[in-house]
Amino acid sequence: MAPQETRLIFKHIDEEGYTNDIDCYVKNGGYEQLKKAVTMKPEDICAEVLTSGVRGRGGAGFPAGMKWKFLDRKSGKPIYLVCNADESEPGTFKDRQIIHQDPHQLIEGMMCAAFAIQAKLAFIYIRGEFFQGYKILERAIEEAREKNFLGDNILGSGYSCDIIVHRGAGAYICGEETGLIESLEGFRANPRIKPPYFPAALGAYQCPTIVNNVETLCDVKHIIEMGGEGFAKIGTPGNTGTRIWCVSGHVQKPGYYEFACSDVTLGQLIYDVCGGLKPGRKLKAVIPGGSSAKILRADERFTGKLKDGTEFDWGIEDIPMDFDSLMAVGSMSGSGGVIVMDDTTDMVEALANINYFYAHESCGQCTPCREGVPWMRKVTQRMVDGEAREEDADLLKSIADQIAGRTICAFGEAASWPVQSFIAKFKDEFVEKAKEQAARRKEGQEVAKETTLI
Amino acid sequence: MNLKPETIEKIDKLVPRYPTVRSAALPLCHLVQEDQGYLSQEAMEWIAERLGLQPINIIEIVTFYPMLRTEPTGEYHVRVCRTLPCALAGAYQTCKSFEKEFGCKVGHTSEDGKVTLEFVECHADCGKGPVVMVGEDEYTDIDPEKAAEMATKMKNGEFPKGL
Ligand SMILES: Cc1cc2nc3c(=O)[nH]c(=O)nc-3n(C[C@H](O)[C@H](O)[C@H](O)COP(=O)(O)O)c2cc1C
Ligand code: SF4
Ligand code: FES
Repeated sequence: MAPQETRLIFKHIDEEGYTNDIDCYVKNGGYEQLKKAVTMKPEDICAEVLTSGVRGRGGAGFPAGMKWKFLDRKSGKPIYLVCNADESEPGTFKDRQIIHQDPHQLIEGMMCAAFAIQAKLAFIYIRGEFFQGYKILERAIEEAREKNFLGDNILGSGYSCDIIVHRGAGAYICGEETGLIESLEGFRANPRIKPPYFPAALGAYQCPTIVNNVETLCDVKHIIEMGGEGFAKIGTPGNTGTRIWCVSGHVQKPGYYEFACSDVTLGQLIYDVCGGLKPGRKLKAVIPGGSSAKILRADERFTGKLKDGTEFDWGIEDIPMDFDSLMAVGSMSGSGGVIVMDDTTDMVEALANINYFYAHESCGQCTPCREGVPWMRKVTQRMVDGEAREEDADLLKSIADQIAGRTICAFGEAASWPVQSFIAKFKDEFVEKAKEQAARRKEGQEVAKETTLI
Repeated sequence: MNLKPETIEKIDKLVPRYPTVRSAALPLCHLVQEDQGYLSQEAMEWIAERLGLQPINIIEIVTFYPMLRTEPTGEYHVRVCRTLPCALAGAYQTCKSFEKEFGCKVGHTSEDGKVTLEFVECHADCGKGPVVMVGEDEYTDIDPEKAAEMATKMKNGEFPKGL
């Protein structure tokens, strides 16, 4: 039997008759948590968020309560809250649904968070391609302002805070929080060096700033409703709350599904929830957390020890979908983007596609990233164009190894992990590609095969 | 610069909301591009002047962000997502279908100026790939046949421009 979804954030997503205006939201109990929040002490809300154990849903999985604790409050400078709605990690499409279908949930979550950290002003940094999402948010903010859920003296609490929706313009690196801040300030989105530029200490306008993902900020609303301990009961210790898994690629029913952390395994997600693969196809590989996450091979055995010491011995289908389990198998849950590939997938082409993306998106500040990532793209492109060499797999790995860990921001890792993991797990296919082409060349045949992924 | 009064009004409302004037640079680029269709040298200089910045401060933004353009697009601006999930769903074949119908390569504007066909990176709707944007409107699950139908309508001027 298919495991049951736990719809917390997505409670009303795709619900018939549910609309994205404020009346519908309020009718369904909306803004009650904000009313409650403004009667609480801000530090008590922060304490609840810490107790909840909620980890960031944007990619890194850092506990939100801890991040909020790092806020530099001694400086006396204004504090800013930024909602990261750049949603651009390939394979991820959850924030879009919240923005389009339930924007007030985000606004309520944000205002609760803003009050908790006593932000002077809040921003939603939304990717430029969300034309409609931008209009929906602008309208929702005006509706909320009319009802005094944001703006001056919110609900008579004496606390004031506004939200500005700031549009990006097509650059993936704006999702990286310090790149985002540079972009917000009117510059190119060149990420900043950390330390010293941890946003909680030196963020927007050199002031303490909290950057959280859309989904994380929605969670705040539910933490106020359930209390930190109540929220922590969902999922498992260290992996609390729900996660929205966005499944794309070769499954029958791609889509977004919300489960309590650990409630579903990768196998259940693919076969029971998403209806399995197309007829006659077999599972080949899965990228479980957005295209930056390391790929998992369908016939691998995953063994090791979890954080709490329990030993595991899993096939790909047994992996519980949560932060720690995916980390333990050498990948990550990242942004929740699960990309499924069946046995028709050419791994060299798939990596060439991914490399194209990262080469396009490097901001160009660090030499290893600016030079290395396009180089990796060039190699994989050459391979699919019919000029593969047997040593290319090693070359690719060596370039990736020289990028990861040597750059200003985590984009360096994001671009290297796919290459490192594809080569670690599918090296035979990379070598085979060269051999095949050599054979065809010898026979005087067309060397390059027609490609579908690049 | 001949900006529409609505654009000027939006700009005047927006600038003072930000903690610094410079923060309004990217939003102004969007507003002026929407008004003019693209960002000319004159437009970039105008934005710089409006914000008390140097033209280079705007030019460096415009050359960094893929969505900002220094040239007008064709009548129809067709963007095909090519990133892995959409590619697994057949986005490259979809694009080939557009290329064939429009008689122009991806990355270019057709000779009659009717369409600009571009690849773009993941548009965060990967469950419904291949994803295609026409202007600001999104279309999902676009296979090569649907692409051909869309293209025919565009050629006849019967398809919404999404502006
Ligand atoms: C290259 C890169 C791209 C990123 N893109 C996004 C993104 O699109 N959305 C997002 O929420 N976080 C993204 N992040 C993570 C952010 O830097 C940041 O950790 C996150 O917004 C913090 O929010 P959270 O703790 O609620 O997850 C990205 C990080 C990197 C290194
Ligand atoms: S790692 Fe790449 S994206 Fe990040 S700052 Fe360096 S050059 Fe820019
Ligand atoms: S890959 Fe096309 S929308 Fe994500």
